[in-house]
Amino acid sequence: MKRFWKDFAEGDLWVKGSCLVMGLGCLKRRQIVKGLCYLAAEILFFLFFFGFGWKYLSHFLTLGENAQLRVWNEDMQIYQRVPGDNSMLILLFSVLTIAVTVLFVCLWVMNLKSAARLCQLEKAQKHIPSFREDGRSLLNERFHVTLLAAPLTTLLLFTVLPIIFMILIAFTNFDANHQPPGNLFTWTGLQNVTDIFLGNATKTRTFTGILGWTIVWAIFATFTNYIFGMILAIIINHKLVKAKKMWRTWFMIPIAIPQFVSLLLVSRALEPTGAVNVALMELGWIKTPLPFLTDVTLSRVVVILVNMWIGIPYTMMTFSGVLMNVPEELYESASIDGAGPVRRFISITLPYMIFVTAPATITTFVGNINNFNVIYLLTAGGPASLDYYQAGKTDLLVTWLYKLTVDQHDYALASTIGIFIFMIVSICSLTVYNRTGAVKKEDMFQ
Amino acid sequence: MKHSVNKRKLRASIGLHTLLTVLSILWMLPVFWLLISSFRKEPGAYTPYLWPKAFTLDNYVRLFTDTRLFNFPRWFMNTLFVAVCSCLITTILTLMVAYVYSRLRFKSRRAIMNISLILGMFPGFMSMIAIYHFMKAIGLDQTLLALILVYSGGAALNYYIAKGFFDTIPKSLDEAATLDGASRHTIFWKIILPNSKPIVVNTAINAFIAPWVDFIFVSVIMKDNYNNYTVAKGLYTMVDKANIYQYYTVFCAGSVVVAIPIVLLFIRLQKYYVAGVTGGATKG
Repeated sequence: MKRFWKDFAEGDLWVKGSCLVMGLGCLKRRQIVKGLCYLAAEILFFLFFFGFGWKYLSHFLTLGENAQLRVWNEDMQIYQRVPGDNSMLILLFSVLTIAVTVLFVCLWVMNLKSAARLCQLEKAQKHIPSFREDGRSLLNERFHVTLLAAPLTTLLLFTVLPIIFMILIAFTNFDANHQPPGNLFTWTGLQNVTDIFLGNATKTRTFTGILGWTIVWAIFATFTNYIFGMILAIIINHKLVKAKKMWRTWFMIPIAIPQFVSLLLVSRALEPTGAVNVALMELGWIKTPLPFLTDVTLSRVVVILVNMWIGIPYTMMTFSGVLMNVPEELYESASIDGAGPVRRFISITLPYMIFVTAPATITTFVGNINNFNVIYLLTAGGPASLDYYQAGKTDLLVTWLYKLTVDQHDYALASTIGIFIFMIVSICSLTVYNRTGAVKKEDMFQ
Repeated sequence: MKHSVNKRKLRASIGLHTLLTVLSILWMLPVFWLLISSFRKEPGAYTPYLWPKAFTLDNYVRLFTDTRLFNFPRWFMNTLFVAVCSCLITTILTLMVAYVYSRLRFKSRRAIMNISLILGMFPGFMSMIAIYHFMKAIGLDQTLLALILVYSGGAALNYYIAKGFFDTIPKSLDEAATLDGASRHTIFWKIILPNSKPIVVNTAINAFIAPWVDFIFVSVIMKDNYNNYTVAKGLYTMVDKANIYQYYTVFCAGSVVVAIPIVLLFIRLQKYYVAGVTGGATKG
């Protein structure tokens, strides 16, 4: 950066002129195509900014002032709608415009850098790379630019911008009563956050209740799968068991079936008139149907049990892979030291498995916090509760978020919850990520 | 002495196999239930008995011929189209990103990787409304193109497994090629990719399966445009309250049709799956 300032200060008029007219420095030093590209980018940007972006960006601070009106039309004898500002589009395109502007500023700095560098090269009478040479460097020294261009663009458009947009939504009152284009919504600061924690008793109760259950659920779902998956893997990989591959396949088939099919089917089977109750009554074990999905405790147990059905095969596969990879030397030296099978299992197999699967377990834990399918398809969050704000007793934060978004159109609250989920998930993952040290040793095996 | 050891082994073996049989029956029960429901003659989701009174192939016939309300053949082609396109795009993008992070060293590398990691922690649903309105603003809402973009747009975030794999390919290969005058472009296509068949297959199968099982983004993007539904969303619509009695057995038939190819792909995937999960830990 320091060198750039020096080069820039020493640059001639063409370099300084590149501040206003991009590509000037390149054009002067015979980099015609590159210079024209810069110039075209500048023109396109200003066309975009003043022709489109500013229209929205200028309302960014208020998110629109003129609501849609109904005006009496004397000639036609009807009420006509006069379109007002659309807060949502203002916010959406403002974010887009800001992003484009940021990109443009980066391009502008690049333009200045290359102008200053070219000026230095010319002064030193060194070779100035031609357009073709620049192009070739994109396939070699700067190959990362070529490869990353497309993926990062899609990432920006379909992940980054939407996330920024939704984070901003968390600071507005965009809910069912403030739906564009009929109504405006506006900035409300930290209102949604204070609602959740202090202001609104129902929302506070819902949030703490659901957060508690989410954590209980994630712990149970992760560890039941972990323990039973490990046991199952040990059984299947036991040296007395024949046809190991066949057994593994039997357990794989149920999880290979799309979850919206398998879970929906199980959910129907658990209803009062569903197959499970019918079977239990035919066996004569119960007289009246069990409320699997409508009783709070029972439904919570049921989702954990069904999750075991879905999850254990995955952990079984993981542990099978690990078991096959336990270094043989460890066993040999243990045998020489006189360790029996039980001792070998406790001192070698178990610690090795736990060590190797630690990162995967954290991923599973985080996955369970956000385990939308199991909850939504089985109970849809139910049984619904009047204590809760638009949620039921088996709802996780993520299913609550979904319901608030899709059913209630309460986007502002949903976004706030989304940010909290993000915080929980990132704290969990980053703690572990830093501890496992997988990041630091990435070059080890190359 | 030896005799009793053998006897004990035999008993243990029988015990283990019995246990496994019981467990796999338990696991396969819902699958079996799906199969017999798809051949059941009587309509409806609930029957007061377990074993169907009569069997028929009619549900499968209706699935493919009765297209008045639910056009399953069309949904199937939609899904196939979306799956093939997004599979191609996602695979290429993911492998490109993984290669860059694994092999190339440049200034902002660490920063971009960390940002990707953080972005992946936001719940995906959070952004779906924004994506819908964005698509609407550029006139792509309710189109298959929008779905392809949504499914392949996040490809740059799922590079971990592929990167872990590339990390294990010895760097000496690259260096030898560089000495022979190969550019990085050539190295990527001629050396890294041919040596990474398992991870290419793994990435491709995963990307191919995604459109067949997702029903959330389809609902948000397609709204009520029945013709552009994918099988997942379509089948899901068959079992909502208004249609479930009439269409439940057809739904089961459709599910079987969708599930068979996925199950086959999944079984093919399982050996890569194991490598993927543990790869990050053992390969550092």
